[in-house]
Amino acid sequence: MKVSKDLMAASSAPLVLAILAEGESYGYAIVRRVRELSDGEIEWTDGLLYPLLHRLEDAGHVESRWGQSDTGRRRRYYRLTAAGTAEITEQRRQWAAVAAALESAWDGVRQAITPLAPGAAP
Amino acid sequence: MSPRHTPHTPDAGAAPAATSSTSVEAEIARWRSYVVARSSVTAADADELEDHLRGQIDDLTAAGLAQDEAFLVAIKRMGSQADVAREFARTHSRRLWRQLVLDGGESRPRGTAGPMLGFAVAAGLAVKLPWLAIDPERAPFDYLLTAMPLLLTVLAAFLWWRRSDSAATLATVGSVAAGLIALGVAYPFDDSSDTATLALLHGAIVMWLGVGIAYAAGDWRSRNARMDFIRFTGEWLIYMFLIATGGGVLMGVSLAVFEGLGLDPIVAITEWVLPLGVGGATVVAAWLVESKQEVLESIAPALTRIFAPVATLALVAMLGGAAVSGGFQDSRDVLIAVDLVLVVVLGLVLYSISAIEPSSPAGWTDRLQLALVVAALALDVVALVAMADRTFDGGLTPNRVATLGMNLVLLVNLTGTAWLYLQRLLRGTALTALLRWQTGYLPVFGAWAAVVVVALPPLFAFA
Repeated sequence: MKVSKDLMAASSAPLVLAILAEGESYGYAIVRRVRELSDGEIEWTDGLLYPLLHRLEDAGHVESRWGQSDTGRRRRYYRLTAAGTAEITEQRRQWAAVAAALESAWDGVRQAITPLAPGAAP
Repeated sequence: MSPRHTPHTPDAGAAPAATSSTSVEAEIARWRSYVVARSSVTAADADELEDHLRGQIDDLTAAGLAQDEAFLVAIKRMGSQADVAREFARTHSRRLWRQLVLDGGESRPRGTAGPMLGFAVAAGLAVKLPWLAIDPERAPFDYLLTAMPLLLTVLAAFLWWRRSDSAATLATVGSVAAGLIALGVAYPFDDSSDTATLALLHGAIVMWLGVGIAYAAGDWRSRNARMDFIRFTGEWLIYMFLIATGGGVLMGVSLAVFEGLGLDPIVAITEWVLPLGVGGATVVAAWLVESKQEVLESIAPALTRIFAPVATLALVAMLGGAAVSGGFQDSRDVLIAVDLVLVVVLGLVLYSISAIEPSSPAGWTDRLQLALVVAALALDVVALVAMADRTFDGGLTPNRVATLGMNLVLLVNLTGTAWLYLQRLLRGTALTALLRWQTGYLPVFGAWAAVVVVALPPLFAFA
């Protein structure tokens, strides 16, 4: 299974903000963390993460600074701002509303749709 | 788990800096040069992408891949360069044309020269027609307070037409202009009154922000649109200056030639060529800014680099002069001069922050800008101290209220600017905070100017 492109686009900003809530991080580490969190189901086009990070910075949700990696490379680190923390709360509320609506809709038509996997349906 | 060679975590025991093989180094350098060649990707963006690429290669080689294999996988993961570059362009939409170039030019604003000339003629008439109705020699302010809003409305209409925007935007600008003209008619200004000069100058600021609404196609709340309008203002002024210089030389030469021919061209030139030319130039300059954007885009950073150090030196010399002479002597026109200095400094700051990539790290340009702003603030404090005991001796005059008010507006702006530059230098933050401060401050100028136009003349009995 692969997560569809649209769903990935919608979830990328919330995921990045949530990962930065764990602490300051940089691009490649964020991509790795997404892979970990999604058990490899979410495969981003890595290059597109950076424009996204810059947009989040423009919106004031994250801030960045230039530092160095262990091997001495120039590396840009990002961390969450207070506005970003507030944004996470707002996004959680929205995603919970969407997820709840979908669950109820699918519950109502349980007979018509195939179960996810043997024994996996709640 | 992903079916590809994806280690979940970097191998803790792996040797660091594994990407040292020369052939892979050469590949990375070549990849980087392709990435930077895209106009929307800056060197700093490329640094960031390269760090990512090298991190990925290190991990993959640690997981057992050969270096060249690791390079290929890492490149593939990075995604198509066109996609990445387009996303970057969307992010730095400070420059709409870049996006248009990348997208193959669809939905380009209307821009042929023919209709532009039509608007230029209309702008010329906006200056000339009121001239026929109101004699500018007998009632200069009545004339100027009518012609200026009309002219800028035509300019706004030109921008509105290029953007194919809604009629509501044009109606907003039109009502601002109508309000200004109505004030000019309703207020009984004397020919030589100070309040009339002040109303004209501040009315121009209000009206120019009205042009900004048309420029932003109604989206005047957007920070990017405001920054673009600030940039537009600077570039428009440069083009106006160039056109005025060229036009002035041409008029002088024509004058000499016609006089040699035994004809007197002075009336034709001052009463027809000049007003029509000034009007037309406003539209032509706006058109040049928008269609020849690349030309000035490379000039603005150069101008900043030349004038920021020169202006800093000039300010330091002024401060030295103040120390030698013991402060300002005559307080009457000092504050106007200092206001002008602050405006110039603010202009240089705006030029500088509009020319620098917002995500770029703090550097010597920022130090210089901070020095410039601090020097200007110091000069302002010297002037205000000198005025403090003298200003109110002769009572409040409209000029004093207006200059003092504008001084405070600029003082607050530049103090905030200095503070944010300091933050940027100490904490290495991105330029975004400064951009937000300056674009957010724009309405303050408009609000103060509106107060001067509307409230000041009646308060001082149109003196």
